[in-house]
Amino acid sequence: MSDDLIKTIFGRLTLDSFPIHEPILVGTFAVVALGGIALLGALTYFKLWRYLWTEWFTSVDHKKIGIMYIVLALVMLLRGFADAIMMRLQQALAFNGSEGYLNAHHYDQVFTAHGVIMIFFVAMPFVTGLMNYVVPLQIGARDVSFPFLNNFSFWMTVAGAVTVMASLFVGEFARTGWLAMAPLSGLDYSPDVGVDYYIWALQIAGVGTLLSGVNLIATIVKMRAPGMGLMKMPIFTWSALVTNVLIVAAFPVLTAVLAMLSLDRYVGTNFFTNTGGGNPMMYVNMIWIWGHPEVYILILPAFGVFSEVVSTFSGKRLFGYTSMVYALIVICILSYLVWLHHFFTMGSGASVNSFFGITTMIISIPTGAKIFNWLFTMYRGRIRFELPMMWSIAFMLTFVIGGMTGVMLAVPPADFQFHNSLFLVAHFHNVIIGGVLFGMFAGVNYWWPKAFGFKLDKFWGTISFWCWVVGFWVAFTPLYILGLMGVTRRLRVFDDPSLHIWFIIAGIGAAIIAAGIGAMLMQFYVSIRDREKLRDVTGDPWNARTLEWATSSPPPAYNFAFTPVIHDLDAWHDMKAKKAARPTEGFRAIHMPKNTGAGVILAGLALVFGLAMIWYIWWLAAVAFVALLAVAIGHTFNYDRDFHIPVEDVIASEDIRTRQLQTAEV
Amino acid sequence: MIFRVSHRARIRGALLAGALTALGGCNTVVMNPAGDVARQQSSLIVWSTVLMLLIIVPVMILTVLFAWRYREGNKDAPYEPDWDHSTQLELVIWSAPLLIIIALGALTWVSTHLLDPYRPLAPGSKAAPGKTTAPAAAAPAPLVVEVVSLDWKWLFIYPEQGVATVNELVVPVDRPVRFQMTSSSVMNTLWIPAMAGMIYTMPGMETVLHGVLNERGKFQGQSANYSGAGFSGMHFWTHSVSPSRFDQWVAGVKRQPRRLDAGTYLQLERPSENVRPIGFGAVDPALFRRIVAMCVKPGTPCMQGMSHGGPAVNDRAPRAGEAEGALTREPGEKGESPHLSAPHGPAHGQGDPGDASNRNMTHLDHSPARPRADARQRA
Amino acid sequence: MATTTPTAAAGEPPAYYELDEHPHPPGGSTMLGFWLYLMSDCLIFAMLFAAYGVYGGSLAGGPGPRELFDLPLVAINTTMLLLSSITYGFAMIATDEKRQSAVLGWLGVTALFGLAFLAIELYEFSHLIHEGAGPQRSAFLSAFFTLVGTHGLHVTFGLIWLAVLVVQVMRRGLIADNVRRLQCLSMFWHFLDVVWIGVFTFVYLLGVLR
Repeated sequence: MSDDLIKTIFGRLTLDSFPIHEPILVGTFAVVALGGIALLGALTYFKLWRYLWTEWFTSVDHKKIGIMYIVLALVMLLRGFADAIMMRLQQALAFNGSEGYLNAHHYDQVFTAHGVIMIFFVAMPFVTGLMNYVVPLQIGARDVSFPFLNNFSFWMTVAGAVTVMASLFVGEFARTGWLAMAPLSGLDYSPDVGVDYYIWALQIAGVGTLLSGVNLIATIVKMRAPGMGLMKMPIFTWSALVTNVLIVAAFPVLTAVLAMLSLDRYVGTNFFTNTGGGNPMMYVNMIWIWGHPEVYILILPAFGVFSEVVSTFSGKRLFGYTSMVYALIVICILSYLVWLHHFFTMGSGASVNSFFGITTMIISIPTGAKIFNWLFTMYRGRIRFELPMMWSIAFMLTFVIGGMTGVMLAVPPADFQFHNSLFLVAHFHNVIIGGVLFGMFAGVNYWWPKAFGFKLDKFWGTISFWCWVVGFWVAFTPLYILGLMGVTRRLRVFDDPSLHIWFIIAGIGAAIIAAGIGAMLMQFYVSIRDREKLRDVTGDPWNARTLEWATSSPPPAYNFAFTPVIHDLDAWHDMKAKKAARPTEGFRAIHMPKNTGAGVILAGLALVFGLAMIWYIWWLAAVAFVALLAVAIGHTFNYDRDFHIPVEDVIASEDIRTRQLQTAEV
Repeated sequence: MIFRVSHRARIRGALLAGALTALGGCNTVVMNPAGDVARQQSSLIVWSTVLMLLIIVPVMILTVLFAWRYREGNKDAPYEPDWDHSTQLELVIWSAPLLIIIALGALTWVSTHLLDPYRPLAPGSKAAPGKTTAPAAAAPAPLVVEVVSLDWKWLFIYPEQGVATVNELVVPVDRPVRFQMTSSSVMNTLWIPAMAGMIYTMPGMETVLHGVLNERGKFQGQSANYSGAGFSGMHFWTHSVSPSRFDQWVAGVKRQPRRLDAGTYLQLERPSENVRPIGFGAVDPALFRRIVAMCVKPGTPCMQGMSHGGPAVNDRAPRAGEAEGALTREPGEKGESPHLSAPHGPAHGQGDPGDASNRNMTHLDHSPARPRADARQRA
Repeated sequence: MATTTPTAAAGEPPAYYELDEHPHPPGGSTMLGFWLYLMSDCLIFAMLFAAYGVYGGSLAGGPGPRELFDLPLVAINTTMLLLSSITYGFAMIATDEKRQSAVLGWLGVTALFGLAFLAIELYEFSHLIHEGAGPQRSAFLSAFFTLVGTHGLHVTFGLIWLAVLVVQVMRRGLIADNVRRLQCLSMFWHFLDVVWIGVFTFVYLLGVLR
């Protein structure tokens, strides 16, 4: 075959694109492949394929989709953390003339992949999953507004994650840092597939994120139970609403800026190039216009979790609900007015810099108010130190330090010294681990019994908790100090031996965190093993206050046999106080959406399209795109999208619940 | 106002930095810098920290206190499950951070204007770089250094002295320095933590940074904005020396036979890493302007506008040889994407900085770009 | 729906569960959801407008708006799109009156106007590229082609959607699902119209004036 023909068929994919000379990657691939084969074999052996396909993959049930999101986040957390460990090891080794064990080509991919994975494929699925699971239950709805769209969004996120993972074994990932700043990410300086992997992974996952944002807003606005006015919405639902408004108002910006970058790379336009009138500063501005709201997209759901947890485990109403809500809204608006603080060092005038510095500081006012509100929720409470509450207190103590260093970075002249230093790295890990991740762990420990009907093991949970908290501080305090010593981020080798000890300490911290992750996996294993011992039949193991605890654990597919009526902010607490009787008869058939495989197929085609674009296989891209359109259009011809759960099934599952409640009372 | 503040801050700064130093015996150069601008920045850091600690410390104490006092086991503590609002408390918890932010905002506004990197320092001034003192005609004007970030090294051109160096910066002590900066390819930042903060260097644009070193010595400088494979080696020493020593050094460099003109620059511009200092005895005076205008290569048209923020940044036509969009290529031009760390050439070296074999670790271009015979200059 | 706030009559314990299944029309949130999507799309256009605003003067020595834009042609183009919006409006009136054949007829007319718009736009693009003023020529042209091209792409997808809807209406008639889809496409179509008015003013008129 002629060379042109091969290039037409395979694009720029050649045998050399497979990293068979990289021992680490070959080893990883072997492990993944063997593990994958073992998993597929086990699924086939136990005949689980049909179950997984019909009950999970094609499910439009918001609860199952929420759980799948969180599984995705946990799996990707392992990958992202493996990257983190590799970086810590490299930086601890590369002293005294040693080059460490990673070359620049490898190391630069590792830190880029770490950032991309942790933000887009760990933190985002985690918050989306939690919101998906909890919000419809909290507002007394039976599902989200657009159940099929929900399934499709999830699979698009998976397709993005698969794209990133594929770069590990075919070709390479971007070597640009997690925001792929132009002109470094342009075709002139990054001609290989790395940045294309980056672009398509984010674009595909971005579609999912945006649609799930639209979906949840519509759900919260339209599907609340009767009586639940806006100011009677649980605070987590409020934070979800604000978060999704931010998603809908921020992700299109990312889509647009990445589209322009891909036009530069694919069509040869001149948006962010050094030539033809292009301007790389535009890229920096536009990506941060998305990037800063993104920070709040991650942290606000965590704030919501803490509000629920602190109120529940203090046995008190949330202090200052109204001011909490207004704080959320203020943060939402202000988050669009601060993006320039990520690049004070670009040389803007002093007035511009101080404007953005001061708006940044102003955000700390509502955030501070929220911290105080949690504090006064604890005041005169009866605090039970269950795992979610422990995570919350650790958060409050950790996050205020991160907030403080954040305001330090917001002072422009100080930022001239801190910008891009390890101080900055320590700061954003302080807020993302200490805020977002602790929040998600609190959420997982809090809502696990709701999702599965049994609590998580406290022993291993406590070990995991202490490993994470201690490990975090051991790992990141040295980074603060190194930042003050004038060490910048993304360095691969070091000359100054006095820095060595700090990197070793940071490495030890990372190892402690690794133990924390291990303990968390152990916690899941032990809890599932001992599930009968940890069983909760009441559906309300924490004596909680919001509506999701009014139904059984795990909730039936339809969530509530009868739509609850809301009279008070803490609806379930109110029901318990007034001894509202749960109706045990008069059930009806319940109207529900049908499962569909269209989401999986569409996302699979999007994945093929993305991979074809990355490798310049134009014919395949065209085929995949046309197929994508055809399946999407074909799906619209399916008018038969819902069914009724027969009344006998409803009665059967409600009777089980009635019996469970009776045994619980005895 | 800020001067009174900064004086007391210095004491506190010393305390804080002292505490940190005691912690690890490390040199926190950001808190203990040698230049006046950086020193003011460090006192600003200390002051903003102190202001925030006013609220952070009580919050942390209260968190622990409340968590302990209102634990479930403590039946003596009052329990008010329905208490969820207090207007007075709400006023306090919104206004206390507000007051701090007002103070901090004022500090930010003033200090950002005073420490604007574009603002010239008063000549020889030690106390207040931004203070508009009467221009002392006798005092030395700032030393102008034209900075170009290359892949992956720094080029410093001394236009008044007519010399240039790579990866070595020498400045007279106490004399303000005006850096005029640009980049040959991608963005970097020039960061000498002991001297002043950092500002981006950007291709086709010119940025400015003012700084001064008030102590003699050797200080680390580096790029703080990731710029590609050789980024880790993109650091240099900054020597702060007496004026007479500086003149001697300039005379020493002038004796170097190499001349920095378009030809040498184009060779130098090619990617290389861990480059040892190089001196150029003579410099084409128009070179820096042409670098900014991106037209060093003979026959390339210069851009029209080149001031940062002007309407016409990089405003020149695309030229042949620049990457073409992937979709417009013939199949044969698609290229391939082999795994770039595929072994080529001899195994990498054992870490001797500047050793050619190191380049195999990071740099993907096979041909050496670094000019040979790089004699070192010492300050 | 959260509109009815039940209040307990005095003395009577308040109801905590709705024992009567209240009707839950499928697609009750579709209009809101689609509107939210449109707003996010609007943001993409906002970014493209912003890019055009920044790059509008970055000609890189190439031709500028004054030399390139053919205002009479663009005026005809604008007329096509505006007329298509009006005819879509007629289709929606016919939908309300449940006159299926009128709906199909007006949709067909809308599609024709839309196709005419696209054809003129494609002619304009090919003309520009032929003159050497393609998207690679300068940042100004990159921004121009991207903004106008993105709008054109939206119109293209609108037309595909319209064709699909015509088939669906022919097969199933004006059932609730189809009416809802017609309403969504109506919003989409008018949205594209509004965006085009922005393009016409901001890109073409101001470009020639500049």
